[in-house]
Amino acid sequence: MHALPAAPAPPPRRQLLVGTALAGAGLLMLIGGMLAIWYQQRARALDAGDEATWLPDGVTVPEVPVNVMAFGLVALVLFAQWAVHAARRGERANTGLALGLVALIGLAVINAQVFVYHQMDLPIAGDAPGYAGMFYAVTGTMVALLVIGVAFSLITAFRSLGGRPRDAELVAAHALYWYVLTAAFVAMWFVVYVTK
Amino acid sequence: MSTIDTSPEALSTATAPPPRDEAVTTRATPATVAWVTSADHKVIGRMLVGTALTVLAATAVVGVVLGVERIDGGGTLLDPGAMPQLFTAFRIGLIYGGLLPLVLGIGVGIVPLQLGARALAFPRLAAAGFWTWLGGLALVVIALAGNGGPLGGDGDMVDLFLTGHGVLVIGLAAVAISLATTVLTTRAPGMRLERVPFFSWSVLVTALGLVLLLPVVLGALIYLYVDHRNGRALFGGNAGISSWLGFAWTQPTTYLFALPVIGLLAEVAPVTFAKRTPMRGVAYAGLGLVGIAALAGVSQRHHLVGWDGGLGDKLQDVVVWAFFLLLPVLGVLLVTAVVGLVAKPTRGERPNIGAPIVFAFLGTELVVAGMLAGALTNIVDLGLGGTVFEEAALVLVVYGGVLGALGALAYWTPTWTGYTVPSAPAIGLAGLGLIATALAAGPYLVAGFADQPAGAAVYDYGGPSGLWNVLVTAGHALMALTVFAFVGLVVKAVTGRSEPAAADPWRGHTLEWATTAPAPVENFVEPPTVRSPEPVYDLRATPDHGAVEEQDR
Repeated sequence: MHALPAAPAPPPRRQLLVGTALAGAGLLMLIGGMLAIWYQQRARALDAGDEATWLPDGVTVPEVPVNVMAFGLVALVLFAQWAVHAARRGERANTGLALGLVALIGLAVINAQVFVYHQMDLPIAGDAPGYAGMFYAVTGTMVALLVIGVAFSLITAFRSLGGRPRDAELVAAHALYWYVLTAAFVAMWFVVYVTK
Repeated sequence: MSTIDTSPEALSTATAPPPRDEAVTTRATPATVAWVTSADHKVIGRMLVGTALTVLAATAVVGVVLGVERIDGGGTLLDPGAMPQLFTAFRIGLIYGGLLPLVLGIGVGIVPLQLGARALAFPRLAAAGFWTWLGGLALVVIALAGNGGPLGGDGDMVDLFLTGHGVLVIGLAAVAISLATTVLTTRAPGMRLERVPFFSWSVLVTALGLVLLLPVVLGALIYLYVDHRNGRALFGGNAGISSWLGFAWTQPTTYLFALPVIGLLAEVAPVTFAKRTPMRGVAYAGLGLVGIAALAGVSQRHHLVGWDGGLGDKLQDVVVWAFFLLLPVLGVLLVTAVVGLVAKPTRGERPNIGAPIVFAFLGTELVVAGMLAGALTNIVDLGLGGTVFEEAALVLVVYGGVLGALGALAYWTPTWTGYTVPSAPAIGLAGLGLIATALAAGPYLVAGFADQPAGAAVYDYGGPSGLWNVLVTAGHALMALTVFAFVGLVVKAVTGRSEPAAADPWRGHTLEWATTAPAPVENFVEPPTVRSPEPVYDLRATPDHGAVEEQDR
């Protein structure tokens, strides 16, 4: 066995932040890949003259709640950043409040998505199963990612309030996740809800 | 605490053994439970490697069955209706059941040691990734056995296949995130990125590529699942699965999975010839170029080139085809060129040519052959698309990758187990593996030009199809034998019938050789300091390494 000189204490490495950034890259590729297929199938349907089955007659996208979802997520990342700011200063109450608000807005966005499903009243195996299937697939994936985000917020809040108020890296990783998810949502909002 | 700090538990265990009475009264965790719940990267790596080798051997047997079925046109052993499931099992088994988890498992087991780290970043994520992958693989096997998968006749089993494939992909992505984070954040003091060992670098490129690629595969699987369950309107039902997922099951995506083998060659060659590696940046760039395969996969299409159309169209096709299918070849050539600079014996010294360099060299050459075959497959006017030529390219890449991975196991078995795999029989197995791959792929390279279709057991073919398929069958059988025999060699070494290994049997250059063989639970008693890309080589050359001034090369 070779004896290399022992090292001094290593500097912090931001492992959690880098791991979250990689997961965020994967998240963007997931939604980006799904939106690319969406565009491809939409173009095929429209080229084939299937306007009626791509977005079936009688089905309208309720624009107000989907716009509120997009703006809600943009507001959410401000609160997530507030949590980072507070955590770096060891302000436990502010960190907890900001993380709680993030989780609350996340739940509100999920609730808005469920409301959109009710308003659209689009049967998945109805007259336009192709469009409906793709719509529920991409928006359902986004809901799953939102649920993960809310769980991440709650875990971060519990850890911050439960004795690790200065764990700014965890709070920063949490904020990064929401930044990435918001970017993915805005892209999905434009493709699925605006250009339809 | 970072992963290069010592945990208080390990420190207390190392310095103060428990009192005799306490040791007697403490109930030991059963070995099986300890293995299943372990967060030790070496244990997780061994579980991945062991399972992947088992799946690979089983897949080679599936290759034998397919070969037998194609000798006389199908129906010899199985119902011809089972052919689509067998072809899918062969492809998934080779790629997602065998090669990819095998190289990831070696990465999980070795990369932290090479980096001077005490543990993997997010070890429990990697362990969860292993179990998730295994569960997904089990679902895929059950679905295929129940007439699911592409062209499957049972709708529920087709759904189960898509679900299992998705679960499998999530598991592999989890392992990839853990590995990439480890290389990016968990290195010994002084080990800058340009000092990372080549194998770890290649694992980093593969892991980053997987982080980009696998979510795209997952997205396609989600669409396919929802569409198949509800109307089958847009994605072609069970018949459309292969076309929508084809990009993930073929070249050039597979190059990414074989990349660590090329990293191994760059790693082992300087050790074999007892030299420092010159022009390390060129080798890093070469390994990165092979990573372009990830982008080719992400684009979700085959990059074809043909002679029809105007000059502009041709140029556009050629540029894209060359970018995705020839740049990886250029990457391997760059690495090989750097290896060529090293591979000259020093006067008065014999190179230490052992099984690892033989496996790594043969594996890399086979992967390159597969890359060239993959590039030819995508030239439309050759008419090789949809023929067994494409299957031969896949077999070359995967079996080449597997041979390289066996070389990695031969190289690092002392670090993992404390025992050395006997070199002479291992070199013999490398030769057997080469013959196996040549037989399993070579005849189909010829039969592809004669239009033998891929994915079919019954076809109209005027050439000596019986001969070709007999040779291919023998090739797969020999590959299964190679894998079994290699595992037998390792087991024989570990069960105590060979001499315990020295701490540094290969006279290695990198940090995994600066600890005991086998490496302890947390790898290093003290985190080592690194001042060059070859810290252990430095130590051997200048024993007062601690006083050596930093040399930037």
